[in-house]
Amino acid sequence: MLTLSVSLHHYLILAAVLFGIGLFGVLTKRNAVAVLICVELMLNAININLLAFNKYITPGDFIGQIFAIFVITVAAAEVGVGLAIIIAIYRNKLSVNLDEFDWLKW
Amino acid sequence: MMAFLNSISWVAVAFHTLAAVVVISALLVVLVRNIVHAVLWLAVCFIALAGVFLTLDADFIALVQILVYAGAVCIMVVFGIMLIRRGNMGESNQFNRQVFAGGGVAVLVTLLSGVLSFRIRYAGSPPDVPENTVDQIATLLLSKYVIPFEVAALLLLVALVGAIFLAKEVKADADS
Amino acid sequence: MVEFAMHNAWLVPLLPALSFVIIVFLTKPWKRLSALVCVAGMVLSCVIATLAAYGVFTNHEFTEKPLVYAVRWFSMAGLNIDVGVQLDPVSAMMMFMVTLVGSLIFIYATGYMEGDPGYSVFFSYLSLFAASMLLLVISSNLLQMFVAWELVGLCSYLLIGFYSHKISAREAAKKAFITCRVADFGLLLGLLSLQIVFGTLNLTELAEKISNFGQYTSMGILTLITVLVFLGPIGKSGQFPLHVWLPDAMEGPTPVSALIHAATMVVAGVYLVGRTMFLFTEVPSAMELVAVTGGFTALFAASIAITQREIKRILAYSTVSQIGYMMLALGLGSLTASMFHLWTHAFFKALMFLCAGSVLHALHHKADVWEMGGLIKKMPITGWTFVVGGLAIAGIPPFAGFWSKDEILLAAFDTGHYVLFTMAALTAFMTAFYMWRMIFLALFGDEKPENHPHESPWNMTLPLIGLAVLSAVGGLVGTPWAPFWQEWIFFGHPHHAEPNYLIMIGSVVLAAAGIYLAYTLYCADKTKARAHALKERYKFFWTLSYNKYYIDEIYLWFNHTFIDGAARLFYLFDIYVVDGIIVNGIAAITRLSGEGLRVTQTGRLQNYALVFFLGVLAVAVVLAFTGPSVAAGLTGGVK
Repeated sequence: MLTLSVSLHHYLILAAVLFGIGLFGVLTKRNAVAVLICVELMLNAININLLAFNKYITPGDFIGQIFAIFVITVAAAEVGVGLAIIIAIYRNKLSVNLDEFDWLKW
Repeated sequence: MMAFLNSISWVAVAFHTLAAVVVISALLVVLVRNIVHAVLWLAVCFIALAGVFLTLDADFIALVQILVYAGAVCIMVVFGIMLIRRGNMGESNQFNRQVFAGGGVAVLVTLLSGVLSFRIRYAGSPPDVPENTVDQIATLLLSKYVIPFEVAALLLLVALVGAIFLAKEVKADADS
Repeated sequence: MVEFAMHNAWLVPLLPALSFVIIVFLTKPWKRLSALVCVAGMVLSCVIATLAAYGVFTNHEFTEKPLVYAVRWFSMAGLNIDVGVQLDPVSAMMMFMVTLVGSLIFIYATGYMEGDPGYSVFFSYLSLFAASMLLLVISSNLLQMFVAWELVGLCSYLLIGFYSHKISAREAAKKAFITCRVADFGLLLGLLSLQIVFGTLNLTELAEKISNFGQYTSMGILTLITVLVFLGPIGKSGQFPLHVWLPDAMEGPTPVSALIHAATMVVAGVYLVGRTMFLFTEVPSAMELVAVTGGFTALFAASIAITQREIKRILAYSTVSQIGYMMLALGLGSLTASMFHLWTHAFFKALMFLCAGSVLHALHHKADVWEMGGLIKKMPITGWTFVVGGLAIAGIPPFAGFWSKDEILLAAFDTGHYVLFTMAALTAFMTAFYMWRMIFLALFGDEKPENHPHESPWNMTLPLIGLAVLSAVGGLVGTPWAPFWQEWIFFGHPHHAEPNYLIMIGSVVLAAAGIYLAYTLYCADKTKARAHALKERYKFFWTLSYNKYYIDEIYLWFNHTFIDGAARLFYLFDIYVVDGIIVNGIAAITRLSGEGLRVTQTGRLQNYALVFFLGVLAVAVVLAFTGPSVAAGLTGGVK
């Protein structure tokens, strides 16, 4: 019989899968905005972990939740600055294609 | 029937449904070819995640998730896309040349994280979470964690100023 | 007054040092004033030295126990270095002699250096030299002595190269300095060994400890130390085989040659051996070495002097030869004879150098004795004082050289060293011959029409007269019938040799024969035909002697062959191994690996992220699937 239950491991697997998808996007997308979006996915995967640990391991003291709030704060700031950088680069290069950005090369 | 219904943990049902939505929408974010669509799927993903957070008794975080991510971040990204718009949006979300290598690494990282997550041991059933989480978070944030809180505020301010500075229109005669 | 001088003998080197400082910092622009400061410092120093010497030579207790006063210079565990004054008859005599001869030569220099652009500088160097030399003389400590020893070496360098616009002077200065450095290195090693073995460098303490050296070290080590110490005197006093610098040092101004390279500095080696006599007498083989070195150098240098043409060069080889005499006496164990000869030699050799300087001054530095002649008519004072010096060095009684040379011959004869005695006697004959050859050629005979000599000014002739008087009577302090000298200056016990009339008469006969031979060859024979005939007949020996036995050439050949060869070897090593393999090799490896590695630098952010996550994976796998100890090892033990 199919029993539906939920445990810490379910959340961790979900977080792992979401992190993997985000990582895949970060490594393979050509568009800088898409990469930024995928970074958000990865950060959210982390948030799932934090909240799950908070619930299952340290329910009383809210460390995980507070940490998640800070992660969200930083992520918001990151998106703002990241988009600003992308726009600045676009203004100079008329492109957001990361394959064309290889100035770090020798 | 009732017995079956009673045996169902509705939290579990909610979790599995939401998890499916999260994974599928996240995959779509990565796979669709139009960047605007990807952002829309991102919003779906964030809302489903807010649901997942609710199953974790984190109602305040869930609310923040919807406000900040589904609301602010997605809108901001759409604005960003608008500013860097190009002719054909249909091909705006392509893969680069390391798609297989990147995929391999991502799968490996996922597998490793999954395997490692089974090593965690904890007391079987989750303890009860206090009812009023917002109150307690607020109290903690303004007492024990007040300094990180203030630093986060400062960070937001700096990010704000920095973003304005970076994205500001460069005047043509700025150099001369 | 005498008490004060004896207990403040440190003033003796200090006054010239003060003169040096005053000249350098204050009076340099005014050359007359500079000379005055220099001479005044020296004369004052001479007054104090005379008083102190008077004090020493009227109180017999100083022959047994020297007057020593010192202050601690520095100290650390196991090393205490004093700096002080040791007054005994030997140092008092030396101090008196140096200040007296120094004063006369300084006065002479005021005339000789007239018109030289570096007048003040010259006198500052002279003052520095006098201070260093006197510091060396009064040292109670071998390290202090070594410092002064190097200081006089420096002054010698500065003064030889005083005419630095001349290449030969610069080269001679370098040669002197480097040759002495070679020797001083041995001396330094010797002194360090003494400090290590005996734990002190104070002369009086060393004397006590070395008298029963068995407690500290073996005979072999002591012999080694002694030979090392003796290396210093070989260099400084121009003994064979390191004599090569002394003739070249004649490039310096003549007062310098007289003061440094005849009367004082070059006898510092003899003085050092005399001061460390307690060390040498313990090692019979070292004594033999000293005696043989001295005897051989005396004969060797004399045989070179016979054929030289430059007036100062003849005197230089004569100096080498006479110092060989002193060394010979030391090696025979006769400090008395050695110091006696040092004393008389200082007077007559300084006199002869100053006379030569006067001649050169008059002839505008024409140095070849064959181009001189008849000078005594135009320069009577210089000429007759020169003759006095010649009589003194040849050993004609009652002039000074006779008594001291007789003492040395007697010492050789009495100790049974007949070979050395013969060498010394032969040297005496040759000395008389070559000195009078020079005198006859330069002073007598026909005047050369192209020369226009004139007598030197009073400040040059006055010291000549003073030194001539000293050369004439300086030996009377130690005649066999009035052995004042022998009662005061000795090592161990005073030695009263019976006057040996056979040797005395023999040495006079030898000297007279030498002079007569020179007379017949170079004075009586106007055309010098016989001299030339002799030269042609013994062409081989003449060439050998005239070219100084090719010692310089041998050194040069040695340098070119071995040292340059080694240098060339090292040059190739440097070019091919150091530069080629190491320097360029490392550069090539770096460049090649850079070429290879730059392919990995794609410049694409996502590429880097990919590699980064591969690394994260690897680290995570290692940490997760190995034991805690391995993980701890990888993370550097972080818990």
